[in-house]
Amino acid sequence: MSDMNFDRLDIRTDDCMVYEKPLDTLLDVPFHYCPGCAHSTVHKIFMEVCQEMEIQYDIVGVAPVGCSVFAYHYLNVDMQQAAHGRACAVATGIKRVMPDKLVFTYQGDGDLAAIGTAETVHAANRGENFLVIFINNGIYGMTSGQMAPTTLEGMVTTTSPHGRDIATQGYPLKISELLANLPGVAYVTRQTAYNAAGVRKTKKALQKAIEYQKKKLGFCLVEVVTNCPSNLKMTPLESNKFVEEQMLAFYPLGDIKVPGGK
Amino acid sequence: MGEIRLMKGNEALAEAMIRAGCDAYFGYPITPQSEVLEYLSIDATKRTGMVVLQAESEVAAINMIYGAAGCGRRVMTTSSSPGISLMQEGLSYIASAGLPCVVANVNRGGPGLGTIQPSQGDYFQSVKGGGHGDYHLFVLAPSSVQEMVDFVREGFDIAEKYRTPVMILSDGAVGQMMEKVELFDQMPRKTEFPDWATTGRKRGQDRTYITSLFIKPEKMEMINLNLQAKYQAMIENEVRYQSFHLDDCEYIFTGYGLGARICQKAMEMGREKGYKIGLIRPITLFPFPTTIFNEMASKVKGILDVELNAGQMVEDVRLSVEGKTKVDFYGRMGGMIPSPDEILNAFEEKFINGGAK
Repeated sequence: MSDMNFDRLDIRTDDCMVYEKPLDTLLDVPFHYCPGCAHSTVHKIFMEVCQEMEIQYDIVGVAPVGCSVFAYHYLNVDMQQAAHGRACAVATGIKRVMPDKLVFTYQGDGDLAAIGTAETVHAANRGENFLVIFINNGIYGMTSGQMAPTTLEGMVTTTSPHGRDIATQGYPLKISELLANLPGVAYVTRQTAYNAAGVRKTKKALQKAIEYQKKKLGFCLVEVVTNCPSNLKMTPLESNKFVEEQMLAFYPLGDIKVPGGK
Repeated sequence: MGEIRLMKGNEALAEAMIRAGCDAYFGYPITPQSEVLEYLSIDATKRTGMVVLQAESEVAAINMIYGAAGCGRRVMTTSSSPGISLMQEGLSYIASAGLPCVVANVNRGGPGLGTIQPSQGDYFQSVKGGGHGDYHLFVLAPSSVQEMVDFVREGFDIAEKYRTPVMILSDGAVGQMMEKVELFDQMPRKTEFPDWATTGRKRGQDRTYITSLFIKPEKMEMINLNLQAKYQAMIENEVRYQSFHLDDCEYIFTGYGLGARICQKAMEMGREKGYKIGLIRPITLFPFPTTIFNEMASKVKGILDVELNAGQMVEDVRLSVEGKTKVDFYGRMGGMIPSPDEILNAFEEKFINGGAK
């Protein structure tokens, strides 16, 4: 079980229940994530998908290095924790020896699109049958606010304190568009989790991806553009506004590649 | 009696992998061990259903091993020195997470890109850690093509018994030479997997997970203590070595793998000249056969350690003898292989003629 302990007030009573965790797939442990962070939202909706589609016994996940390194403390499905950037290689190992199980990775932008780019691209290019849930918040969270491969031009981080300078620090990487060009990739979509509509659509995208995985159509990636209030030094609401106005302007929402078309 | 064949070391290793019921091999080409992946690519999958996959790098290969080993499968990778260096991060994770696997290093000359010729320059890397943190690989050192076969099966057994990564540390000569081998019969692949494996959550239970991350120092210290207890059990139960003429010897030659084979010839030549030479060949490099060296140290006039490196195992020999006898070293580097004559000359120079100096 979790090696974290929190004391908390249990406010759940039947008469005030308007919102419920997926009880079988999300462990009853408080998230360690910062207030306003979207990791807990994405964890919850993906576990809802697993419970509703009854795949919790048939799926194995891979946790990254990054803020979601402890994903296995919350997600009640079998999981492996991978070295930084290696989730797609670990997932390849799992899927190849258990081709009839569903496999997913859960990775941030640094893990997937910086240190793990080679593993990501080659797993996609082999058409590995697993789902990548890609959380893109444009900044390093766990190490406290350094520049990510997806950091926007001019965006201030602790390692781009004067704003990301394209001339010396390169361009923000649209890894989803890049991967969509590969024939082994079945499904790439970009969603968000900063508002209720975005969360609903992200959940639908995850459901679709699982359907495609059941059919073994190839590599699937669901990018979720999210906030990082702590490292953007914003309130949760301000950070949501940043996602809406800045991030989505550069990372537009919608399907980038769907099976059999587009 | 198993099937007898004339085989190249690397191909024999690959054949043994198939016959040992290996579930998956992930690897990347590098000289002098590319024959392993080539051999497996012919028909291993057809024969047993095992997975054979050429990874995009050694980094990816070792992490594929992590993933598949975490599912309780028998998995193996092979590489040579620079590629093994790339695997060190993954091996540290595998050791910490307690995942069984077998890794073979067909050692070539280094450092750097070095040479494709045989070397034993990776002893320290294999035996002392290699990656970060306090861990060991269980290291087997084959000196013949037959042992390339035998150590695959035995390596899997050790890996699964201790939930530990096992290293078969050979070299470019053992990998490339052809010898007669006796092959064991085809073993079935596993159909049942251990409880700790992530094979999908079991009904009525919470999930299983595999990790090497324990933020609390109290917990991480426990993980370390458990690892050390495992290594202690290996030291107590799994030490292996081969010896010759220890009953009458006045001097001991020692070396491992290819070095030991050359020493054996040098020992025979020396005995013909009247020198009472014995030989100790460590087969497990970790756990190291400390006791036999310590016992023999008070009975002999000296030990000559011969390696294809600048002197690496000799440090463990010296630690084992605790100063009770003279230990000297002779080695060649960079892919050069010492001849038996050279070794005997070095022995005479260090122990007979100039020995008193």
